[in-house]
Amino acid sequence: MGKVLMKGNEAIGEAAIRAGCLNYFAYPITPQSEVAEYLSRRLPEAGGVFLQGESEVAVSYMIFGAAAAGARIFTTSSSPGISLMCEGISYIAAAQCPAVFVNIMRGGPGLGGILPSQADYFQATKGGGHGDYRMLVMAPASVQEAVEMVMTAFPLAEKYRNPVMILGDGLIGQMMEPVEFPDDLRSEPSNKDDWATNGMDTRRSDKRNLVKSLFLDPDQLNRNNLALKAKYDRMNREEVRYETYHMDLDYRVLIVSYGTMSRVCRTAIDNLAEEGIDVGMIRPQTLFPFPVQQVHDAAQKQSCVHVASIEMSMGQMVEDVQRALQGVKPVSWYGKCGGDVPTPEEIMEFVRTLL
Amino acid sequence: MQSEVMFAGFGGQGILLSAKILAHAAMKDGYEVAWIPSYGPEMRGGTAYCTVVVSDRPIGSPIIRNPLHLVAMNRPSLEKFAPHVKQGGVILINSSLIKISSSRDDVDEIRVPVTDIAKDLGSTRSANIVALSAFVARSRILDMDLIRDCIKEEFANKEKIIPLNLAAVDEGQKAGLTA
Amino acid sequence: MGKTFQRPEALSDAVTHYCPGCTHGIIHRLIAEVIDELGIRGRTVGVAPVGCAVLAYNYFTFDFQEAAHGRAPAMATGIKRVRPDLMVFTYQGDGDLASIGMGEIVHAANRGEKFTTIFVNNAVYGMTGGQMAPTTMPNQRTTTSPFGRRVDEVGMPIKVAELLAALQTPGYIVRQTVISPKYIKRAKRAIKQAFTYQKEGRCYSFVEVVSTCPTNWGMTPMEAIQWTQDTMLPYYELGELKTPETTD
Ligand SMILES: Cc1ncc(C[n+]2csc(CCOP(=O)(O)OP(=O)(O)O)c2C)c(N)n1
Ligand code: SF4
Repeated sequence: MGKVLMKGNEAIGEAAIRAGCLNYFAYPITPQSEVAEYLSRRLPEAGGVFLQGESEVAVSYMIFGAAAAGARIFTTSSSPGISLMCEGISYIAAAQCPAVFVNIMRGGPGLGGILPSQADYFQATKGGGHGDYRMLVMAPASVQEAVEMVMTAFPLAEKYRNPVMILGDGLIGQMMEPVEFPDDLRSEPSNKDDWATNGMDTRRSDKRNLVKSLFLDPDQLNRNNLALKAKYDRMNREEVRYETYHMDLDYRVLIVSYGTMSRVCRTAIDNLAEEGIDVGMIRPQTLFPFPVQQVHDAAQKQSCVHVASIEMSMGQMVEDVQRALQGVKPVSWYGKCGGDVPTPEEIMEFVRTLL
Repeated sequence: MQSEVMFAGFGGQGILLSAKILAHAAMKDGYEVAWIPSYGPEMRGGTAYCTVVVSDRPIGSPIIRNPLHLVAMNRPSLEKFAPHVKQGGVILINSSLIKISSSRDDVDEIRVPVTDIAKDLGSTRSANIVALSAFVARSRILDMDLIRDCIKEEFANKEKIIPLNLAAVDEGQKAGLTA
Repeated sequence: MGKTFQRPEALSDAVTHYCPGCTHGIIHRLIAEVIDELGIRGRTVGVAPVGCAVLAYNYFTFDFQEAAHGRAPAMATGIKRVRPDLMVFTYQGDGDLASIGMGEIVHAANRGEKFTTIFVNNAVYGMTGGQMAPTTMPNQRTTTSPFGRRVDEVGMPIKVAELLAALQTPGYIVRQTVISPKYIKRAKRAIKQAFTYQKEGRCYSFVEVVSTCPTNWGMTPMEAIQWTQDTMLPYYELGELKTPETTD
């Protein structure tokens, strides 16, 4: 199949089907309702399961139930809806079940707005729900990348038996771009007989499986948390993904930016280069695990005098950038979070002030 | 080379669709494209707009404040966006509904009565295709036959309206070249 | 209806954001008239839902709070418990009240919270673009039920008034509509009755209003009225389901 022109939201729905996930529960919310609308047509056709839940809280537990029963499963929502799902996500992580969550972010807090935002960085990467859990978080910068990330999210969720989140913004959902669905990203669901409650007859076993998160004995609870931590440490070692731009130059400023924002930065960097100002960029594709080492190393370059975290939030990722730099270079933040995405000109203006 | 084309008008004037057909045609021609809608509370009733970026390189910023070209289907959108069009671009004005001009002398302004042309063809609903075709003919951004192909694909499920829309392409092309 | 063309004091002169033919505007007006007639504007607090009526506060001239999706009855409970002297009402759509907020409404009603709910049942999610609601009619097409509501998969539409009337505590439960002047008069009477019971500190009161959403139904306003008459009213029967007199 060649390239097709698709809206991000619809491409995300199609990508899940192509990845081998035929189960979807969701609750409508702008700016991502098109995923549900698309799948309400497509999944019955593909022999899958589509159900609109009564709330995001309910959806998160539909996801939990289906994941614990061994099915490939995913949902999509936007910021206020994800807040409600955070309870379920905490349980899913604690019980070590694989599931994929897509957050097409809009501005918050509260009801906020419906335009693009990146203000759920903390929620996605540092918890959101209660307890010591993490999600593997991937942030696409184009519709094509959203497709690829959704397709790779399922095997990753199964590898770690942990929720994986795709963190996009309203523009990624609403924009149309040409996409391809790479066949080689299709994967078979893993065998879950060791732990899933898929029925003893199904797995021809006399041993029953139990999916739970209650550990009243402090030793047991600590052990469960250590097991989770071991997985997150492994993600930190094995799953860091990022892209660089103009890093071979003697950049004076290093930008760290992700998603839609990083594309605007790319244009700003091109324009600044024409003015003779060299700027490099690291674009984290995984936000957890964050490319700590890579950002640290890139900032060490002699020519680099300043590091800037540019994000559509009031300064969230900047804390990870600071953590990465350990004070070796000055760090600042630039951003906006009303739904108005900063323009290349605004970013150029800001970069000039750093020099 | 990158061009940005902004389509703007009332909700219901088919802005998103004509933009989509242009993006699709450009994709078929091997370009990188992005179709960027305005979405938000202003969509209900108010002005709808959509920008198509066509480029020979991967597209950076999807945030376009200064498009190269503008297709204005109603007066509020001309007033709102004409001042932001880049020098040397095309501003297509739907003269059936817009009596004023852009007051720009550094662009190629053309006035095409797209709504009237569409009415004469039998349905004002094809006005968006007339406008698209007039714009493509004038700007030479793409080959017109690509537009025709994409229209056939777009309406594959509604075959009955294909002839009307192809006629709209022909009339739009004529008008765009003579305006 | 002598004063119809005079704007009630409780209603602002803001330009409406509702679509042509939408019944939200009529219902707002009835509420404002009732508040004027009862002389309670200065001690009324409205709670807006998340739905097309999230901006309801733009059209009223008294205090308002904006709730999270579905949580208005809990917020109203909070207000009423700490300030029983205030007149409090929630204004909620069917997605807001009967889907995500079903828990809150059932428990507020069951506790007999002494506020009023105006429930606008238009059989779809209006604001988000016409997805299926718990009140969507059998076989009705919506953007998430493109083949029509399949009752074998998602059940029959929820009759919220009947469901709440099955609880012992709530005092006044009524369903009306606003698709013609005759009905509008009855709806206003019901709303006034509901606020009056609240004013007397008697009971929880609930007015369901069968409404239209021409935009997402893909109909003209006239067609929408006809469809309401032909399809919704036979299922959502109008009338009082419960009054404090029948409960006491
Ligand atoms: C937690 C959360 N989930 C979803 C939404 C998106 N949302 C906004 S309004 C709405 C439904 C509105 O429908 P309804 O209550 O029937 O009111 P109407 O617009 O039809 O008047 C939804 C799902 C939200 N704002 N918050
Ligand atoms: S979408 Fe429907 S409910 Fe909302 S304002 Fe329009 S007609 Fe009314």
